[in-house]
Amino acid sequence: MTTAATESTGTGDGISATTSSRATKVLGWLTLAGFAVLVALAFAWVPEDTRITEQGDVVGQFDAVRLMFVHVPSAILAYTGFGLTFLASLAYLRWRTDWWDMMAHASAEIGVLFGVLTLVTGSIWGRPTWQTWWEWGDVRLVTTLVMVLVFIGYLAVRRIPADVAVKARRSAVIALVGAVNIVIVNRSVDWWENRTLHQQSTLIARKIRDETLFTLSFSFAVGMVLFAWLLLHRFRTAYLQSQIEELEVDEALEERRAESNMQDGYP
Amino acid sequence: MFRDAWLIAGKDLRIEMRSRVGLNQIVPFAVTVLVLFAFALDTDQEALRTYAPGLFWVTVLLAALLAIGRSFAVDLADGAADRLLLSGIDPIAVFGGKAAAIAVQLVVLEVLLGAGVVLLFDVTVHRYGLLVCAGLAAAAGVATAGTLYGALVAGLGVRETLLPVLLLPVVAPVLIGATRAFQDAFGVAGAEGWAWLGLLAGFAAIYGVFGALSYGALLEEA
Amino acid sequence: MTHLGYLIAGWSISVAAVVAYAGWVLVRGRSLSRRVPENRRRWMMPDD
Repeated sequence: MTTAATESTGTGDGISATTSSRATKVLGWLTLAGFAVLVALAFAWVPEDTRITEQGDVVGQFDAVRLMFVHVPSAILAYTGFGLTFLASLAYLRWRTDWWDMMAHASAEIGVLFGVLTLVTGSIWGRPTWQTWWEWGDVRLVTTLVMVLVFIGYLAVRRIPADVAVKARRSAVIALVGAVNIVIVNRSVDWWENRTLHQQSTLIARKIRDETLFTLSFSFAVGMVLFAWLLLHRFRTAYLQSQIEELEVDEALEERRAESNMQDGYP
Repeated sequence: MFRDAWLIAGKDLRIEMRSRVGLNQIVPFAVTVLVLFAFALDTDQEALRTYAPGLFWVTVLLAALLAIGRSFAVDLADGAADRLLLSGIDPIAVFGGKAAAIAVQLVVLEVLLGAGVVLLFDVTVHRYGLLVCAGLAAAAGVATAGTLYGALVAGLGVRETLLPVLLLPVVAPVLIGATRAFQDAFGVAGAEGWAWLGLLAGFAAIYGVFGALSYGALLEEA
Repeated sequence: MTHLGYLIAGWSISVAAVVAYAGWVLVRGRSLSRRVPENRRRWMMPDD
């Protein structure tokens, strides 16, 4: 991870032209440090997943279980991102401020990033433990896939050049429909083939070792800090973009005004 | 309101009747897709019969994309949409009317394609009631979701490519439900057809309500 | 360590994707920042 290194652009007063602030620097370093600790915990401290059956055979996921610490936080961050997009879209339709629109955009993009990572890491984890890269009957797999597709479509709409207010309003409706759709897809896939390979409520059933549980919780914490860092930077980029568009409009108006003044002065 | 919706639906359907784009282009396209499926499955009659429900619904969805795109292209031409807005018709009525017109076209398409599937893929219908109800409910679901998304992308310039990207993931539950119901109706797989009909009806109801409520906001600027 | 290939693939793809995205956002933020006057960037403050 690259943290926001400061770079003075020679403005004289030491203000750097980046989207970083004191807050993002703290978050960035926390993410890096947390990630280093996470790697250490995940690979050195957490024991491999094994169990001895009554017949005396050793079974389990062995070291493949260490993929949990990238897959599960990715999934949490993806759902956090999409949840935030949903809330920000609702807020946009209620208050119609650019702030909420940019928040929806930023969180959707981060949600798609982690959604894709969830699918990829899940597939890589599924191969050694379930002997398959993909399972169509699994509710969570298919729901996540459709959700990611819906929000990829959402981002495609956001990339179209169009009036800001038009785009914001339509995107907000798409995000709301998309969120409703997640529930429908989840239910329908559940009825379609209600077999799941996923372990049911590992955390609640306490079938998990203490070391694994702690490291998993720690990975959530690191993930949330990373999420905040990404969201701040992405939001500020969106804000800068809107400022530039505003400046361009101002400049164009200024030019027009200058032109008409000229004409008035020299008829 | 219902009278207005009726007017809009009548207008859209009359345009389709007169232009015959649906009959001359969309139906031949759908039949061609069916033929392509037969080629892809290598003239294996048994496989065709087994997968006929799924192939049928994939074809309907692809053809629906064309019908939906066309319904909104017609409105955008010559500023017809602006005049519709100025006419003061309730947006809910506009939504209902457009969705109804698309649903009618889809039902016609389903009938023609159904005949095609029976003839080309050699399937036999065991439960006509279920077949008809599932066909109607799925058409209503695709039409309501399609009208909502058609309005969402209308006037955005790259409508032709955007609509499939947005709409197809959303109508995935319809594909699952309608395929299952048809499997039951065709007797190719033991599925609880009537339960799936519930899903289809629920989908249509959710998108009907959602579309009607948000249509006003979408028409504001289009 | 068992499943080493899967572990390396899963972890490195995740790290690479996040780093690539973060880098893209930072670079874009930097180039956009130059075009916006400082008084419009509210998070800006003097380095200390």
